[in-house]
Amino acid sequence: MSATTTTAADEPVQFYDLDEHAHPEGHSTMLGFWIYLMSDCLIFAILFACFGVLGGNYAAGPAPKDLFDLNLIALNTAMLLFSSITYGFAVLQMQQGNVRGTQIWLAVTGLFGLGFLGIELYEFHHLIEIGATPQRSAFLSSFFTLVGTHGLHVTFGVIWLVTLMVQLGKHGLIAANKRRVMCLSMFWHFLDVIWIGVFTIVYLMGVLR
Amino acid sequence: MTPHPAPEAGPFLGKLSLDALPLHEPILVVTFAIVVIGGLGVLAAITKYRLWGWLWRDWFTTVDHKRIGIMYMILGLIMFLRGFADAIMMRLQQVWAFNGSEGYLNAHHYDQVFTAHGVIMIFFVAMPFITGLMNYMVPLQIGARDVSFPFLNNFSFWMTTAGAVLCMISLFIGEFAQTGWLAYPPLSGIAYSPNVGVDYYIWSLQIAGVGTTLSGINLIVTILKLRAPGMGLMKMPVFTWTSLCSNILIVASFPILTATLVLLSLDRYIGTNFFTNDLGGSPMMYVNLIWIWGHPEVYILILPLFGVFSEVTSTFSGKKLFGYTSMVYATVVITILSYIVWLHHFFTMGSGASVNSFFGITTMVISIPTGAKLFNWLFTMYRGRIRFELPMMWTIAFMLTFVVGGMTGVLLAVPPADFVLHNSLFLIAHFHNVIIGGVLFGLFAAINYWWPKAFGFKLDVFWGKISFWCWVVGFWLAFMPLYILGLMGVTRRMRVFDDPSLQIWFAIAAFGALVIAAGIGAMLVQFAVSIWKRKELVDESGDPWNGRTLEWATSSPPPDYNFAFTPVIHDLDAWYDMKKRGHQRPVGGFRDIHMPSNTGAGIILAGFSLVMGFALVWHIWWLAAVSFAATVFGAIYQTFNYKRDFHIPAATVVEVEDARTRQLAAGA
Repeated sequence: MSATTTTAADEPVQFYDLDEHAHPEGHSTMLGFWIYLMSDCLIFAILFACFGVLGGNYAAGPAPKDLFDLNLIALNTAMLLFSSITYGFAVLQMQQGNVRGTQIWLAVTGLFGLGFLGIELYEFHHLIEIGATPQRSAFLSSFFTLVGTHGLHVTFGVIWLVTLMVQLGKHGLIAANKRRVMCLSMFWHFLDVIWIGVFTIVYLMGVLR
Repeated sequence: MTPHPAPEAGPFLGKLSLDALPLHEPILVVTFAIVVIGGLGVLAAITKYRLWGWLWRDWFTTVDHKRIGIMYMILGLIMFLRGFADAIMMRLQQVWAFNGSEGYLNAHHYDQVFTAHGVIMIFFVAMPFITGLMNYMVPLQIGARDVSFPFLNNFSFWMTTAGAVLCMISLFIGEFAQTGWLAYPPLSGIAYSPNVGVDYYIWSLQIAGVGTTLSGINLIVTILKLRAPGMGLMKMPVFTWTSLCSNILIVASFPILTATLVLLSLDRYIGTNFFTNDLGGSPMMYVNLIWIWGHPEVYILILPLFGVFSEVTSTFSGKKLFGYTSMVYATVVITILSYIVWLHHFFTMGSGASVNSFFGITTMVISIPTGAKLFNWLFTMYRGRIRFELPMMWTIAFMLTFVVGGMTGVLLAVPPADFVLHNSLFLIAHFHNVIIGGVLFGLFAAINYWWPKAFGFKLDVFWGKISFWCWVVGFWLAFMPLYILGLMGVTRRMRVFDDPSLQIWFAIAAFGALVIAAGIGAMLVQFAVSIWKRKELVDESGDPWNGRTLEWATSSPPPDYNFAFTPVIHDLDAWYDMKKRGHQRPVGGFRDIHMPSNTGAGIILAGFSLVMGFALVWHIWWLAAVSFAATVFGAIYQTFNYKRDFHIPAATVVEVEDARTRQLAAGA
């Protein structure tokens, strides 16, 4: 690369890169994925804002205190936090070039994710059973939408995870697959961060309300 | 929520039945007949001349940013004709419906027309036009071979197109929203809009919105990562700068639109209470959210054109841009300020004096960086050797027109004045003043400026001037009366009028719209005549205007790979610098060039999304589920394709570059 801007008077200025090398494939994927995550973050920001504004509108219906079982939610939170740790182990295995180990830790991560989703579905089912449906009040509309959108993201994360495990089995730890593992890693940790917001603002602050 | 009798829904076709065809609307039946006949004619011609293979291989599946850019422009142009037809219909209705006459449009139809006009002009005209321009020019201006994610680029285009198609389908199957272009609840809620119009609105915007957001991400990464060596951020052409800011705005605002429309659809589809009047819902929440997207959207549209005006002014004044640094800072400041003014769209909400003052002041503050830009253009022209070519004419028309629109904007930013003028025709006149005078005039400047780059020949000047004068005169005739009517208290979206003294102003406005129609006609003739006379108008040099930025350093149209060797940048106005210092175009030593491969995945996935949107509009649940699954599995299937690139062999590069060498020698 010759990007010098100062040249001696007699030396001709170079206007073309005559000895260039192609950009390595996927060299900007990480940046692109970061920006995508930030745009996704904005969707959650709106859902949080809606919960912030409408979350107190119970419309003479049930309030968080009547509905939330913090023990269950603590278990759920633990599921997701552990899944982030196990994803970290998968990345460590990947850096050591161990395909099998990567796949195993991804599978463990996926199981934690499914556990999280199972508990969430159980909670939703229970709430709807006792009449706390999304239609009941603006509070419940915004609660179900915020938590449900997060759950939907985790669902897609699990689908992606399975896809990636198949692709790792097929092609091993080639550059493209490593990149994908890192992207999903960012996605997974991002969902964890969002969940911490949900846990704090929706559940903890909700029962204090 | 009060239960509302929903239209009968069958298991197989959902709410869709023969009643959905608007056979009782003669205007639509005739339009439909013309579209069918015209469409069949086009399809027959493509088949007769065996163009399907060519279209599929070279255009529909292309990942070349230049071809995708051109396809965006064509989409914008087609939708522009539809949006303008709506405008003419409104002008005709409003001048007609006086003295007891109901005009020729019933309320059901008229309300769809003004909604569709706004939606189409913003989402399917202005957005594709600016995205097309940025797609075409940004990689060339930064010396890149393509965008960062070429497949995503193709997919984004087809998602935008799918949204436009869904919007157009509503013309002939069912109906469009009758809510105004932002679909405020509770009117857009299921209680007051029980039919499919709002659902068409929601899904066409959601599908197109995916494309817009992804293309925003793509262009940001392209600008940040693919600049030629030596091009620091403060050596980027101004158009690239404004594109960067515009795309940052896209990524930071379209998700808000997506989320807001999701909430509205939840209200409509499963009966939640976000924006309803009862059970704790808040319609004003929607209005806030939609404008937190909507105000940045205005700047998404105008910023790239500010870049165009900068390029044009500098090129045709033969000087470097006055105050490049201040121009960049002004752009960035506008980008930031555009997020803290949204409430000025509804001062009348009644949020109190303090809140209104804050948003009134921030709004007025925006006029400072914008004013700085205007002075920069004026100082660039000062003592310049100005060439009054078409792009420059459009730029001057913009400056004169836009200043008026900007000042009426500052008037509206004063909350007490806004209480009088809110939702009046004064507002309509104001935003058409800035959108036509800014965005459209900018687009016309850009099209006249960059057409020779894209096609290798200039546009015809005679018809260009006719179009120019019709547009400018027509604009003033069509919209100045609306300012006056607005000051007299006439509100927007009215279908019939009682006061006969108003009619003369509507007559002038309608006449103005006809003059604009002549301008559009002249522009189409300009394109046709130019293509017809392309041999006479040919530009061999690749640099017909004595340009200053890198896009003029390559041939017109540029080869697939844009630059055989990546340029090295030493100065702002890189191409001018290269010409000034006598650069030598390399004529040998070419190598294989690494390029992305075409793929049909984009159009197929967007096709599934279109089917899904249609199914959701009509509550055809099985089809929605099937097409959703197809979209997801199609996307997963696409990720199993690891071979997404190829090399253009050096021999081909040599062939193309040798032809270019001969062309330059012949032209010299």
